[in-house]
Amino acid sequence: MIQISPHAEAALTCTLDERSLYLRRLVLGSVRSAGRGHVGPALSLIEMVRVLYDDVLRIDPQNPRDPERDRAILSKGHGCLALYALLADRGFFPLSELDGFCGSDSILGGHPEYGMVPGVEASTGALGHGLSIGVGLALAARMRERSYRTFVLLGDGEINEGSVWEAAMGAAKHGLDNLVAMIDYNKLQSYGPTDYVLPLEPLADKWRSFGFAVQEINGHDVGALRTVLKQVPAVPGKPTAVICHTVKGKGLPPAESNADWHHKNKLSDSELDAIRVAVGDF
Amino acid sequence: MRNTAMNMVHKLAARDERVLYIGSDPGAGTLRAMSKEFPKRHLIEGISEAHIIGMSAGLAMEGFVPYVNTIATFLTRRCYEQVAVDLCLHNLPVRLIANGGGLVYAPLGPTHQAIEDIAIMRALPNMTVICPCDADEAARMMDKTLDWTGPIYIRLGKGGDAIVSKAEHGFEIGKAILMRPPGDVLMVTTGIMLQRAIAAADLLAAQGVRAGILHMHTVKPLDTEALLQAIRGIKLLATLEEHVPSGGLGSAVAETLIDKLGSGLPAMLRLSLPDRFMHNYGSQDSLLKKHGLAPNAIATSIEHALAASRTSSPQLHST
Repeated sequence: MIQISPHAEAALTCTLDERSLYLRRLVLGSVRSAGRGHVGPALSLIEMVRVLYDDVLRIDPQNPRDPERDRAILSKGHGCLALYALLADRGFFPLSELDGFCGSDSILGGHPEYGMVPGVEASTGALGHGLSIGVGLALAARMRERSYRTFVLLGDGEINEGSVWEAAMGAAKHGLDNLVAMIDYNKLQSYGPTDYVLPLEPLADKWRSFGFAVQEINGHDVGALRTVLKQVPAVPGKPTAVICHTVKGKGLPPAESNADWHHKNKLSDSELDAIRVAVGDF
Repeated sequence: MRNTAMNMVHKLAARDERVLYIGSDPGAGTLRAMSKEFPKRHLIEGISEAHIIGMSAGLAMEGFVPYVNTIATFLTRRCYEQVAVDLCLHNLPVRLIANGGGLVYAPLGPTHQAIEDIAIMRALPNMTVICPCDADEAARMMDKTLDWTGPIYIRLGKGGDAIVSKAEHGFEIGKAILMRPPGDVLMVTTGIMLQRAIAAADLLAAQGVRAGILHMHTVKPLDTEALLQAIRGIKLLATLEEHVPSGGLGSAVAETLIDKLGSGLPAMLRLSLPDRFMHNYGSQDSLLKKHGLAPNAIATSIEHALAASRTSSPQLHST
C-alpha cells in the first residue's frame, strides 16, 4: 500500500501569499486574452518557478546570455504560462507581452522557444527532452570549469518518457552535482491521474535508485522551496532531484485536481467570476 | 571510410578543443588513441540515443562541437524527435556520424539497414546531409565539418570502398563534383554509388554511349547550380542511390528541376532500392545487385531508358 505523502496533503491545504496570487493573475490574464492555454500545468508550477527566479537563479535580466548565469529549462514546456509570468515580472521582456500570448506576431507561443523569448534556454514542448539537454549543459560547465548550475523542471506525466530515465542514468554516471531536476508532481496528467495512466510510485525511490540525491517537499511552500533549492547539491557528487508535491490548478478551486482544466479554451463568464474570487481582480 | 572518419575526429580534436566524440556503445577500442590523449572529450554514453542527442545539444549550446557516432538506423529512427527539436530547431553544430549507411549491414537484416535515412534527415529544416564516396573523400569532408553552421548528418559506407575521389577535386560542403563530363547521359550519384556509376559509365562507353557523372556528396543543400549546368544538352538524367525511392537523391534532384525549370525537363531515370524493407541478407554488393544497382544493370537500365527517351517525349521513368 503506497502511503500518501504528507507533502501532498500539505500541497492541497496550504494557502497562497499575495505574490503567488499576483502571478496567477498574470497567467490567467494571458489565458483570457488568448482564449486558450494550459491552465492546470501552469498553476501547479508557479511556486517552483517563482522561487527559482526570485531567490535561487543567478541571472541578470539585462544580460540574459551571461556565460556565468544559472541555466533553467522548462522541460514541461506546456507549463510556459508560469515561466512567462515570471520572466515578464523579472524584466526579461515587458509585461504587456503576456496579453499577446499565442498571437500570430507574439514572442510567446503555447510552448517556449529559444531565440524568441529572452530568458528561455531551450525550445521545449515535446516531452522528455529537457533533462538530456540539462545534462549537456551541466557537463559543459564541468568541462569548462564554470560555476553555473542547471535546473530542469519536469512534469510528472513527462517522466513517462523513457528518455528522461536515460538522461537520469547519464547524469548519475557523470556525478553532475551541478544539475537539479525538479519534478512537478501534481499527480494528474492530460487524460487523468498519473496512477491510472502510468503509475510512477515509488517515485522518490526511483530517482534515488537512478543515483540522485532526492528531496521531497510541498511544491507550493515557498519557504521549503527556498530552503531546498539553496542547498544544492543536496549530496556532493550526485545530481539532485526535488520532488515537488503540487496540485494541478492550484489556487483556482474549479481547476484544482481537475483534468478538464489541463488545457482551457475560452473562459466563460462564470469561470472568470470564479477566477476573480480566487485570485483577485485581473 | 569509417576508420578514416573516426580518426579525423581525433585529428580535429587535437586541432580544436571544442571537438568531442560521443559514442553510444561503439565497438571495443573505437578511437582508443583519442580516449587516451583526450579522455574528457571521448564520451561513451550508452545505448540511449534519444538522451545522447539531447545531451549533445546541451553541449553544443555551450560552444562544443560534438561528433555523435553510432549505427545509422539508431541515429535516425530511434531519436528522430531529438534530432528534429534539439538539433535542427536550435540549429546546433552537432555532427551525426552514421555507421553503415544504406545496405552496409546487409547480413544483419532490416533493423540495421538505413534505406530511408537520407529522406528523413533531409526533410528537417537546418539539417545538412552528406554521403562521402570513399575514405579519402571522407577525410576531406570531415575537415570541412568543424565550422559548418548547424547539424550535419554524415552517411558513412562500409570501409574498404575503392578510392575513386581525387584530391584535386577538393571538397566543399554543398558543392557537387563533376567526375566525368556529361554526354547524352548524366548520372547523378551520392555515396558509394559513385563507384558503380564509374563502372557503368565505362560499360556504356564501350557501347558508344557517353555518360557523365555528377557526384552529389551533399544531398542537402543540393548543388542546384552544378546540376543545372550539367544537364545542359543531355538526353537522359539518371539518379543512382542506395536508398528507397521516396525522398532521397532522386527525389531531391527531381524536386530541384521542377522548381527551377518547371517545364522542359530532361527524361529522367531514378535508380534506387524498391519501396520495401529488404528481406535478404548476404552482402551490400549482393543486395545492390539484386535490386539492379550493380554496374551492369545500371548500364542496361540507362541504355533502355535512353532508347525510350529517343522515341517519346520527355517523361519521368522510375524503377
